[in-house]
Amino acid sequence: MTESRRDFLRSCGALIVSFSSGPLSLLPLQAPGPFGTHPSHIDPEKLDSWLAVGDDGIITAYTGKCDFGQGIFTVQSQLVAEELCVRIARVKLIQCDTSVCPDQGTTSGSQSTPTNFNSENLALAAASAREALLSLAAKKLGEPVERLTVADGVITGTMGRHVKYEELIGNKHFELPLNVKAKRKSVADWTVLGKPIPSMDRTALMTGQFEFVHNVQVPGMLHGRVVRPPEMGATVAHVDEQSVRNIQGLVKVVVRKDFVGVVAETQYHAILAARQLAVRWNPGPELPPQKDFFNHIQKLPSRDALNVDSQDVDARLAEASSVIRARYTYPYQMHGSVGASCAVADVKPESATVWSATQSAYPTRSIVAKLLNMPLEKVRVIYVRGSGCYGLNGADAVSFDAAILSHAVGKPVRLQFSRRDEMMWENLGSACTIQLRAGLAQDGHVVAWDREDWVAAMGNRPGYDQPGNVITGMLLGYEPELPKPGPAKPPSGEFHNRSNTVPSYFAGCIAGSCGGDGTIRSERALTHTVRSPFFTGPLRSPLRIQNTFANECFMDELCAHANVDPVAFRLMHLQNSRVIGVVKAAAQATNWQARPSPKTGISRTGTVSGRGIACVAYEGNNGYAALVAEVEVDLETGTVRPRRFVVALDCGPISNPDGLRNQIEGGILQGMSRALVEEVTWDSKRVTSIDWETYNSLYLDYEMPTVETVFVTPPDVPATGAGETAITVIPAAIGNAIFDATGVRLREVPFTPQRVKAALAEGAQRGGSV
Amino acid sequence: MREKITLHVNGQQHVVEVDPATPLLFVLNDELGLRGPRFGCGMAQCGACTVIMGGEVVRSCVKLVSAVGQDEVTTLEGLGTPEKPHPIQQAFIEEGAAQCGFCLSGVILTAKAVLDEKPDASDQEIRDALGGILCRCFTHLRMLRAIRKYAEAKRT
Repeated sequence: MTESRRDFLRSCGALIVSFSSGPLSLLPLQAPGPFGTHPSHIDPEKLDSWLAVGDDGIITAYTGKCDFGQGIFTVQSQLVAEELCVRIARVKLIQCDTSVCPDQGTTSGSQSTPTNFNSENLALAAASAREALLSLAAKKLGEPVERLTVADGVITGTMGRHVKYEELIGNKHFELPLNVKAKRKSVADWTVLGKPIPSMDRTALMTGQFEFVHNVQVPGMLHGRVVRPPEMGATVAHVDEQSVRNIQGLVKVVVRKDFVGVVAETQYHAILAARQLAVRWNPGPELPPQKDFFNHIQKLPSRDALNVDSQDVDARLAEASSVIRARYTYPYQMHGSVGASCAVADVKPESATVWSATQSAYPTRSIVAKLLNMPLEKVRVIYVRGSGCYGLNGADAVSFDAAILSHAVGKPVRLQFSRRDEMMWENLGSACTIQLRAGLAQDGHVVAWDREDWVAAMGNRPGYDQPGNVITGMLLGYEPELPKPGPAKPPSGEFHNRSNTVPSYFAGCIAGSCGGDGTIRSERALTHTVRSPFFTGPLRSPLRIQNTFANECFMDELCAHANVDPVAFRLMHLQNSRVIGVVKAAAQATNWQARPSPKTGISRTGTVSGRGIACVAYEGNNGYAALVAEVEVDLETGTVRPRRFVVALDCGPISNPDGLRNQIEGGILQGMSRALVEEVTWDSKRVTSIDWETYNSLYLDYEMPTVETVFVTPPDVPATGAGETAITVIPAAIGNAIFDATGVRLREVPFTPQRVKAALAEGAQRGGSV
Repeated sequence: MREKITLHVNGQQHVVEVDPATPLLFVLNDELGLRGPRFGCGMAQCGACTVIMGGEVVRSCVKLVSAVGQDEVTTLEGLGTPEKPHPIQQAFIEEGAAQCGFCLSGVILTAKAVLDEKPDASDQEIRDALGGILCRCFTHLRMLRAIRKYAEAKRT
């Protein structure tokens, strides 16, 4: 890049950042689109699919990544403002409206930042638009691009002549492809990105003006309720419509195979009708007992997969000076959105519109089209925020349900789940059993590590064509996605660690090529996926949190057996500089004192305290975190009280440090709730965690620990995800801190007082650490 | 079974024609178009539907509209406006104390009610008052910072 070019890039964003934090609810529901775009025109290769410059100078940007509270609306607005050198107030972002936005699949998996903030998609579109505008200005002003500067959408030449963006292209199409050579501004030149810009939804949220999907009102709108089966696998035997004929304002009882719902004129009467409707159900099968579930899943037929297998672990373990074995379990947990899911559907004979809080606007459009037997281009899904979802809550199912009810009555229908509808039928975070063994050499190094896990799965996100992956589809007769039993193929191709099955200490070698983060070369990671009796889905850090709990606690067990400090022992077995970087940063920030765990001279009474560390390379390469937990344990009651968390996070260049801190704090404390109290229960027929008395979560009166965040940002690395990195290490870090404090190892989440007490009693019996 | 019921909400009088057994929440949302109170559980377990009535916090999902009477009902939007937020709303804005924001009525109105009643309430007393409020995004730290900020400003 020439010097003048760099000057341009530096000067163009040098603006005072100010913007109105007006309510997002003022955004029109009917997004205008880039001047007449309709779905078949949304070609992500074309610049006009992403950006439009209005004759009022407003830049409208279209994104397929939506904001459900994680702040991506604000940072995408920052991104567009940055690359186009305008005030953020001039950017109007339209998110996840299938009639105008490019199909970016699902907003999930910590993928929004890597997808839209590096060198493709929205970032590339914004950079392409800037370069295109500069070319147009160069022609108009008769000066080469290198001599132009731009400030807030006004391009100025050396002679003082200037031209505004809207004068160049206002209300006109660019008619250009994305320019793969368009340069992103370098991090050093950022003036809008990288700044702690306040989230743009704040004022509307705090003053009660923000429009959630729950607030969408369409003229003539009716209200629906679903009547779900009383137990897993139950089917409809008979629906007695007469049983609700006295309900005022009842519009219709809707039955389609095992799907049952009601539509009434008011919410209240829809609830009454749903409650009163007499439905006879054929019973479902007996469920496996919860008490023995973690053993049960180890015996089921399974679909097996090997991430890595050096084929010498048994031989190496036989030679090891000691072999350590452990088994960890992680329960089903819930997304448990605080708001019951809601959607509004307006299905007409020729078209359908669904206002939905789904993370998957385009896939939802496909499923709705399939369920209504309607051509795809006749269905429009408009994303409107719902209650925080942390993955796949009821938002997809409720959208399908609303569409079916609206279709049945030919009028717009708003459907809101009951708390029970939400919790009894959601796609739970998977339960897992993880079995590990490792061998230590005389010198204390790990010579071999073998791990095998069993994951219970049924269903998933519905994607574009699998409605049976959530309850609505199954009730309509579609099959859920199920693991097809079969043996593992030998690992081949490139090493990956998308589910964090493989500990960071494995070399990760496949056919001589090593992609792991560690040094252990005798390694095996085998996953058995078995059929779950309940729907499962991607709950924040799906399988990553389960696997990391086992891997990082087991690493701590190895440290203790080797009698080496947990930080030093980890560093002995790591080779990835970014994992090493966060481990060192976390240790430094907490003034970590090198010594083995557990502490010496642990009291047998009162309250004891300890510290623990855990680290992860999220999905192998999508962000790096190390976290130190300091906890207290009340030896009488078994209560665990985290007092301080310090996390070192490396997610590459940071778009908005304030938003990132908010995500990290929320993730860590949510992870703490999951580690300490959250567990789904069931009886022989059904999930029995159906409200906040039967599913535990930490309330606002919980005495929260402090959370400190240290950012580690190496130069010249791409941006990664960050919303799931810190949460991933929390259960392990707390478990390790409990061990440090008490000498007792907890291998089962959640760490309830009863479990802690039982483990302490067992430890005392054995007369030492377990 | 519809009846005409007069409600006093956010300083205005409204006459609604609804089934008197309807929960207040549905009337606020569907008849008056208010967005602040929201349906979370319908069982007074989470606080998302919180409103203030006669200085007390009330879970509007379990309050029948016919039982409201003459009491003034204040919802989150009744405290302040985007242009002129109430000081507690301003403190939440400054601290960025929200993620999805669905639970905010319970958090902000409960904190306001406890501090109106007892301006020198301790952190422990404020937390105790928030005992029935659920935030599943776990924005606890920022929320408590915002409440403390408001409490301190109120005392001086």
